[in-house]
Amino acid sequence: MSGTPGADRQGFLALELDGDGSHPAAWRKARHAPDELLNGSRIRSTVLAAESAGFHVATFADGPVGAGSDVVGRVNALQRAAFAGPVTGSIVLVPEVDTVYTEPFHISTQLASLDYVSGGRAGWLVAASGSAEEAAAVGRSFVEGNALAQEAAASVEVSRRLWDSWEDDAVIGDVATGRYLDVDKLHYVDFETPADFVGAGYSVKGPSIIPRPLQGQLPVVAQASLLPSSVDAVLVSTPTTSLLIEELAEVRARRTVVGGGPAVVAELDVVLDSRGQSASTRLAELEAHTPWASSRARFVGTAAELVDFLADVLAVADGVRLHPAVLDVELEELAQLVLPELRRRGALKPVAQGGTFRELLGLGRPTSRYASPAAAVVGTGN
Amino acid sequence: MTQHNRAKFRPSGKIQFGIFFQGVNSGTIWKAPESGSQTDFESFRRIAQTAERGLFAAFFLGEGLRLREHLGRPHALDVAGRPDAQTMLAALASVTSNIGLVATQNTTYNDPADLAHRLASLDVLSGGRAAWNVVTTDNAWTGANFRRGGYLDHADRYLHAEAFVETAKGIWDSWEDGAVSSSVSADSWAVPSHARSVHHSGQHYSVDVTPRLPRSAQYRPVLFQAGDSPEGRDFAARQADVIFSAHPKFDDAVEFRADIVSRSLAAGRAANDVQIMPASEFILAASDEEAREKKEWVRSLQIGPQQAVAYLEQFWGRELSAYDPDGPLPEIDPVVEETCETRGSGFHGAKARQLAEQWRAEAKEKGLSIRQFVSSRTARVDSTFTGSYAAVADTLAEYARVGAVDGFNISPWLIPTGLDDIVNHLVPELQERGVYPTEYVGSTLRENLGLATPVRAERNFRLTRSH
Repeated sequence: MSGTPGADRQGFLALELDGDGSHPAAWRKARHAPDELLNGSRIRSTVLAAESAGFHVATFADGPVGAGSDVVGRVNALQRAAFAGPVTGSIVLVPEVDTVYTEPFHISTQLASLDYVSGGRAGWLVAASGSAEEAAAVGRSFVEGNALAQEAAASVEVSRRLWDSWEDDAVIGDVATGRYLDVDKLHYVDFETPADFVGAGYSVKGPSIIPRPLQGQLPVVAQASLLPSSVDAVLVSTPTTSLLIEELAEVRARRTVVGGGPAVVAELDVVLDSRGQSASTRLAELEAHTPWASSRARFVGTAAELVDFLADVLAVADGVRLHPAVLDVELEELAQLVLPELRRRGALKPVAQGGTFRELLGLGRPTSRYASPAAAVVGTGN
Repeated sequence: MTQHNRAKFRPSGKIQFGIFFQGVNSGTIWKAPESGSQTDFESFRRIAQTAERGLFAAFFLGEGLRLREHLGRPHALDVAGRPDAQTMLAALASVTSNIGLVATQNTTYNDPADLAHRLASLDVLSGGRAAWNVVTTDNAWTGANFRRGGYLDHADRYLHAEAFVETAKGIWDSWEDGAVSSSVSADSWAVPSHARSVHHSGQHYSVDVTPRLPRSAQYRPVLFQAGDSPEGRDFAARQADVIFSAHPKFDDAVEFRADIVSRSLAAGRAANDVQIMPASEFILAASDEEAREKKEWVRSLQIGPQQAVAYLEQFWGRELSAYDPDGPLPEIDPVVEETCETRGSGFHGAKARQLAEQWRAEAKEKGLSIRQFVSSRTARVDSTFTGSYAAVADTLAEYARVGAVDGFNISPWLIPTGLDDIVNHLVPELQERGVYPTEYVGSTLRENLGLATPVRAERNFRLTRSH
């Protein structure tokens, strides 16, 4: 991304919006009844609160719930993001979407559609489920280990090709010739899984059934370990806050060997002092109900301390994704005390009304890979 | 209610409207200056909100699984390119409040756990306004975009579809009522045995699903079905809440109603349990004469000379560009035995040579050119209501009086303004006649359609069947 590590860098902030917060017992401290969690108005109010607080990005977790969590229900993430599209104007909407037990053609179309309904504010948080439950739900063999990364890479590649399969100006509406489409600008993607593919191999013909997404290519976000290439932002997670800055610097160095490289996004759990209660007391109360088994670094402290810490993190990362312990509580503190101060210090990128996710990441709008005569013949294999 | 009453069909005396945003077809005009984007969200928002202003029951979207082709390349002439139905409907859910949101979704190329969860998600997001228009496909051509490929025999598609629907119903019915706590001081978020897992073991797949959502405000998504074969009708009579039929002409509609009533009774359901909404097109104006002129204009823009020749090429399997669109049908024979599926499954399997002979004879007898003939075949002749607002309102009132249909599913020929005259002029005429709702009865689709709350499916749990 742009610039070198230093105090003049500006980053972005993402907020994970699933359920009542990231702590499994968060529902006990929510400002609504449990049976008012899974509906449209809750999604509307949380995403609007995140947008008005000045967050650049909202992410929506998906997949089975239950393991380690009290809350056992979840609305499909991509649909939550789509629902939020028309009622928001600046916040980027990034649902988690599984790549292993889902059809790549459907995913590609759904994500392209999300880009249309959000005006180009969509992204894709790539997940590769390691869950036997999801395998059983679709009647497929359980995929694990290295095969997960292979499934994810294949699914992302199919989507990327399908997004490019309509060149930008494929819809011509030429009344004189009666042609709605210029079929020379539509392309078969002819994807086939590679020969060493561990899971059941498959092929996808194309072209897509929807014109190229508004952004051309939706930014793809993934854990650093899952997708070694073909990502636009990598999520970096460490067990403690003290390791986070060091690890971010290392990832950044590794990833920018040949200029550019994906954006580097730090993952952080957050518990803050609120309404006269210290963060540690609040956390202890939650932990007394259900333990929080998170693999992310955890910040527990005051808003002022968090501002200092985030300023340090944003000096080496392009962005931070915050996982609030209790959404209703942490979001209020973040909105009132943390984001305004970070903005005052110049640590945050401006929020752009109607801006795209690619613009936030400093990425240009790419040309379709099929657009040039040289690229157009690249159609088969991998 | 006595068994006798349940066995007798009672007309509701009302009609409802749905809007079918097709996205891919020859009926949507793109050549007129008034035609807007077929993809931008604003087109969808504009037309959905207009429909809601007109108290429409439902907004339908089709599903695209493979781009139509023409002589081995993507079809160039008609509107094409549409968003994913459920993603678009989820977005529309946030900018509408009463209209039903119907997604056409295929049972062959979706997984039941994934599809049922997404439909349930749409249902809870919209406050109980989701519906599923169940369709099937069996061709490998569509399957080329999916992992499973073309694995399903034609004869199996309804067996598969029915097992799929049963599994989906099981998933939607799995959470107990009141399973989620109503207070943050409850012992747990949901009662420990809040949901039952759903099992299905059959010929095409075996699944074991842990459902993730409570029931919606309308209990579960409404089911629409559109198949017209005897198997399709029986499937609908057993499973569907509403049939999206192809029989809008009065006599056909009455006959179709009688057939569905008898099939519903045979399936153990009540005579009124399955509603019927035929596909339709409206071309309206202040007077009958203006409406007829408008119809000429609409038809000329729907089927231009290129579309007319291309339509025949689909069935002939060869290029026919040397033929004059204003001349007679080609004398040469098709080069294919059967028309292929590339134009969409509705065209699949017709005997090409036989059709060509039949059409030549028909066009000759009626004195029709290629363009006139194709226009007569493709322009929804059977499903078009043309006339003044008052005259069409009188016609529809007669449908309502005898209960020929429960409503019409309107395909607008113009996006996004294609419903404006219907909502502004036809709806008030119908309301004056007392045959159209004057307000939404409730906030869910099931309430607005007047459908009964479904009985919780019990047999789907631990379901083990041959299909």
